[in-house]
Amino acid sequence: MSTLFEEIPPAPADGVPVRRVTVTVNGRERTADVEPRLLLAHLLRQGFRLTGTHTGCDTTNCGACTVLVDGLPVKSCTMLAVQADGHEVTTVEGLGGPSELHPLQEGFKDEHGLQCGFCTPGMMLAAKALLAENPRPTEDEVRFALSGNLCRCTGYQNIVKAVLWAAEKMNGGDQ
Amino acid sequence: MYPSRFAYEAPRTLDEAIDLLAQGRGEAKVLAGGQSLVPLLKLRFANPDLLVDINNLPGLDHLAIAADGGVRVGALVRHRDLERATALASAQPVMAAAAPLIADPIVRTRGTLVGSLCHADPQGDWAAAVLAAGGQVVAQGPHGRRSIPVGEFVVGPFQNVLEYDEVAVEATIPAARDRVAGGFLKLERRVGDFATAGTAVALELDGDRVTRAGIALTGVGSRTLDARAAADSLLGRALTAETIARAAELAAEAAQPNSDHRGSAAYKRHVIHTFVTRILTRVTTTTTEHAA
Amino acid sequence: MTLTEPSRALDEIKIGGMGASRKRVEDNRFIRGKGHYIDDVVLPGMLHMEILRSPVAHARIRSIDTSAAWDVPGVRLVLTGEMMATRNLAWMPTLSYDTQAVLATDKVRFQGQEVACVIADDPYIAKDACEAIVVEYEQLPVIVNPTQALAADAPIIRDDKQGQHDNVCFNWEVGDKDGTDRAFAEADVVSRIRMHYPRSHPSPLETCGSVADFDRATGKLTVYMTTQAPHIVRAAVALIAELPEHLIRIVSPDLGGGFGNKVPVYPGYVMSILASILTERPVKWIEDRTSNLISTGFGRDVYLTGEMALRQDGKILGVRMHTDSDHGAFFGDAQPSKFKIGLLHSAFSCYDIPTAHLTARGVYTNKAPGGVAYRCSFRVTEAMFFQERMVQAAAEDLGIDQAEFRRMNFVRDDDFPHRTPFGFLTDSGQYAKCLQVGLDAIDYEGFRREQAEAAKNGRLLGIGISCMTEPLGAGNSREYDILGIKMFDSAELRVHMTGKAILRTGAKTQGQGHETTWAQIVAHELGLPADDIVVEEGDTDTAPFGMGTYASRSTPVAGAAVAMAARKVRAKARKLAAHLLEVSEEDVEWELGRFYVRSAPDRGVTIQECAMAAYSNMPDGLEPGLEANAYYDPPNLTWPFGCYIVTVEVDPVTGVWDVLRVVAVDDCGVRINPMIVEGQIMGGLTEAYAMSSMQFITFDAEGNCIGSNFMDYLLPTAWETPGYELHEVVTPCPHHPIGAKGIGECATVGGPAAFVNAVMDALKGHGVRNVDMPLLPDRVHEALTTRADVSGAPPIRTDS
Repeated sequence: MSTLFEEIPPAPADGVPVRRVTVTVNGRERTADVEPRLLLAHLLRQGFRLTGTHTGCDTTNCGACTVLVDGLPVKSCTMLAVQADGHEVTTVEGLGGPSELHPLQEGFKDEHGLQCGFCTPGMMLAAKALLAENPRPTEDEVRFALSGNLCRCTGYQNIVKAVLWAAEKMNGGDQ
Repeated sequence: MYPSRFAYEAPRTLDEAIDLLAQGRGEAKVLAGGQSLVPLLKLRFANPDLLVDINNLPGLDHLAIAADGGVRVGALVRHRDLERATALASAQPVMAAAAPLIADPIVRTRGTLVGSLCHADPQGDWAAAVLAAGGQVVAQGPHGRRSIPVGEFVVGPFQNVLEYDEVAVEATIPAARDRVAGGFLKLERRVGDFATAGTAVALELDGDRVTRAGIALTGVGSRTLDARAAADSLLGRALTAETIARAAELAAEAAQPNSDHRGSAAYKRHVIHTFVTRILTRVTTTTTEHAA
Repeated sequence: MTLTEPSRALDEIKIGGMGASRKRVEDNRFIRGKGHYIDDVVLPGMLHMEILRSPVAHARIRSIDTSAAWDVPGVRLVLTGEMMATRNLAWMPTLSYDTQAVLATDKVRFQGQEVACVIADDPYIAKDACEAIVVEYEQLPVIVNPTQALAADAPIIRDDKQGQHDNVCFNWEVGDKDGTDRAFAEADVVSRIRMHYPRSHPSPLETCGSVADFDRATGKLTVYMTTQAPHIVRAAVALIAELPEHLIRIVSPDLGGGFGNKVPVYPGYVMSILASILTERPVKWIEDRTSNLISTGFGRDVYLTGEMALRQDGKILGVRMHTDSDHGAFFGDAQPSKFKIGLLHSAFSCYDIPTAHLTARGVYTNKAPGGVAYRCSFRVTEAMFFQERMVQAAAEDLGIDQAEFRRMNFVRDDDFPHRTPFGFLTDSGQYAKCLQVGLDAIDYEGFRREQAEAAKNGRLLGIGISCMTEPLGAGNSREYDILGIKMFDSAELRVHMTGKAILRTGAKTQGQGHETTWAQIVAHELGLPADDIVVEEGDTDTAPFGMGTYASRSTPVAGAAVAMAARKVRAKARKLAAHLLEVSEEDVEWELGRFYVRSAPDRGVTIQECAMAAYSNMPDGLEPGLEANAYYDPPNLTWPFGCYIVTVEVDPVTGVWDVLRVVAVDDCGVRINPMIVEGQIMGGLTEAYAMSSMQFITFDAEGNCIGSNFMDYLLPTAWETPGYELHEVVTPCPHHPIGAKGIGECATVGGPAAFVNAVMDALKGHGVRNVDMPLLPDRVHEALTTRADVSGAPPIRTDS
């Protein structure tokens, strides 16, 4: 078996050098032995089975793989897993609580901000970073902040509404 | 989507990093923001033996912006930091204008200005902005530090003059003697698109007289171009319809564009002409407004 | 039926029935990152496959050396065309009665064609091994457009086909040639225009992929794959691989978008199946984005010469169209068998035109095969784009206002059923009303004044209109089949004893929200709360046979089947109700969710009580259970109507244009879930904007695909994408059980011409008749400065 995707304890194979990384994912410390070339997106998906992080392109354009690293939005296909060592990663699985949804999750459902759902985790995490920095964004600010994330289904209008919905709720507004 | 194998080191000191690069003998690459390098690895256009990750090095994340226009950007300063540096707007308007146009907001979280300069993409934005502003790259190697003007640093498509055992540790923009003005315009069809053509202009003005000028072009040659003749044509003169037109003409002449799916060579030249005109005209408008 | 008392019928909106903007049930998993897409499928012992693709567009393969690939640790299997050929799998049939190479044996015919594949322990290793394969190519001349393909000295691309002595893959015609010739002879004015609808790619955010799992012990083959039509795939696998159909299970998991891209059977699927059979391990293949863009089903790539015969007063007398379509190296169009150029002859269906004639010629080129219905009912997008561009040109030639010209030629509301110039039968619509709603919304007259005012300051404003009715819901089985399989669809509804239900259909959602809307149809028919109905699709072992989801056919066909299945259940429930109420069936009346005694409306039983009785208290002689199947063969296509109006401002110096406003008026008949309908329209408008402004695949003279990744194939982001203003008109479909017509593709089909017409309107008076899409600033600028049309046909212009 390959060493690429195995969480501790790995089966060292073929003498391929691996490095041990410890990453706090959604608040839980996790350790894995990975090849340096493994992308963070693949560690999350295959290593930690957090398959909510999607990959949609090879060229760092689509943003489907967006996660938060130390609170900031990062395309996890464009960061090596070894680089996440010692850092905190938030994926869509860590967005809501065990039983309750994050306002962004509620907003995306309420405003029909998704169709096929493939871009949605990345969109929500990019939006989370925006709202952390700017709790009361304008429509243009939302559009600008999400311009590193592609959606093929919605035409964005409802995504923007969803983010504004969440902002309103997080600011104590009545939905 | 799957890079080929490489070794990876994340040194804790600059000397260690330089040692590792020296051992790599040209088959090692520096990993900073990774927003250009990792895509190249994924596409297997780059297949280094060793990656030297400098993200853990101390003392490279400084961003110093002085009111006199002097700017120091450490190798680990992210595009995002520059985008949010409000002091940049008055200190170096050309950089402030370029910052929000770099790639896309998520890429800006990790990508670095110094990394962009090293990557030397002929369609890159930062090299043009820094070149126009008269900036330099500071490199450190086994034999010490040296400063290289950006115009000499970038020598061809994806080629810079760094020795294989040198690390670019910062970019610097010298302080201005006079009032700083400038702008950056690029034609992109959507956020994250490469520039069809882009223009960076940085000026110093004493009253209405231009005392320093830098005009740099992106997307219209095999590397970032210094439109020196265009910039020089402004020196000692006021920005008038005539001087602006002359500079725009010279800048368009300096462009060496190719026709491709982003536009014809003639069109790209035309865009350069237009952008130089627009930036300079806007500078005069701003000056007038300021005076009023 | 007269009710003597206030109805006890349920409030349909409250139970999530028809017309409710019910929040989507599928969202509950997607917003938590718990969708289950193809790359999320993980099976024990699973291997990974990567494909080696040709770097050149046309070349003879001299040799393939795979020995170094076999030596890479972790490699389990390397396949080449030669090995596929020993199993008769080197070639496979396409959906258009042509053949397509699975792995190249003799030649490669487009850049990106599959040459070999590696199966290994992980995808990184598989990729390493692909790089170790050495292929020797002998390059051949390359063809990237129809002109080159038809040249006398053109190399023959399909020299594998017996009797193929040129690069023509078909000639086809439809309409009345003589009648059309007569109309042109009598015309006061003949309006002509030529244009190219560029090659585009659907690019769902999720690429294609499969996980094939062959179990030698049971002989069963399970394939998880990204398909919009799992049953067609099962049939194809049974026929191509000669495996027994009952031992083939195709599962289409959550799809990250489809848009037509996931209709065809791709070589990668076939290879993963063979690899699983050979390794006796599950084999996963996940396409990277470049592979997706350069090798899988594209859309469009059609050249038009269009002519209109006109009377001076504005009446359209006849239409003549000739198309040259570029199908790439293999004719793999996904479309009904009969129609070589899809439903392109649905053009001009909303106009009252006596006669028309279309000739269509298809050619082979050294480009990827496909020709899928990219968010479109089989080349209807090209049809409506050509139509609305021709209409605008004709209005200009006559000097008649573009809105007025459309209005005077529309089919009138009282003129249905109407025979279209190419012979379709349309059934309903309020075309002039839709147009008026749009004109009022955008303040057409006001904009014209603003435009004239702006022109005085050298500003270029433009307004573009596009109106169309498109044929959806193929088909009726008399006329529509794919490879002989008739285009009906199906639903199976099973009501459990507690009144909860499961519904399965032969369609396959890709974001359209079937899990939500199908339940609403059942709620409408049975009065069961939509929340009590679970919807399942995509597993051929459990779902009834269906033709899948594309060409906006789900609501028109599968949606109708859902209603019919629910009605069968209701008919049986009526018997149970009669039994429970101890009256004869004739004395039982229905209101939403409840049967009651006609003479005593207080005496009634709910549908849930009937369900319980079906399992616990059925009358003698009545079969237990409460479930039904329905196979629905539509009597006709459905014909939604759309009117799209766009305003733009063009920068006369750079040719850059910005969208000012977008107004959409859609009449898709009865709306099941207005929220979802509006979501579909906004998504469609965005694709229209994208195609008109930036999204295209082109080629250089060597056949290199330009647009092979998202750095060059540009999809708009939230920043550029305009805002949308939506309006509706409702004309129910007279033959559909719930009056719906379909909506998924209308805006994509009708939208592009509105954007282009707006820019061309801004350029009016500059000597330009046409600029090919996408309207890159470069092209608009060229049109303004040269006062000439701008062609976008490949190869791209280069200096070298």
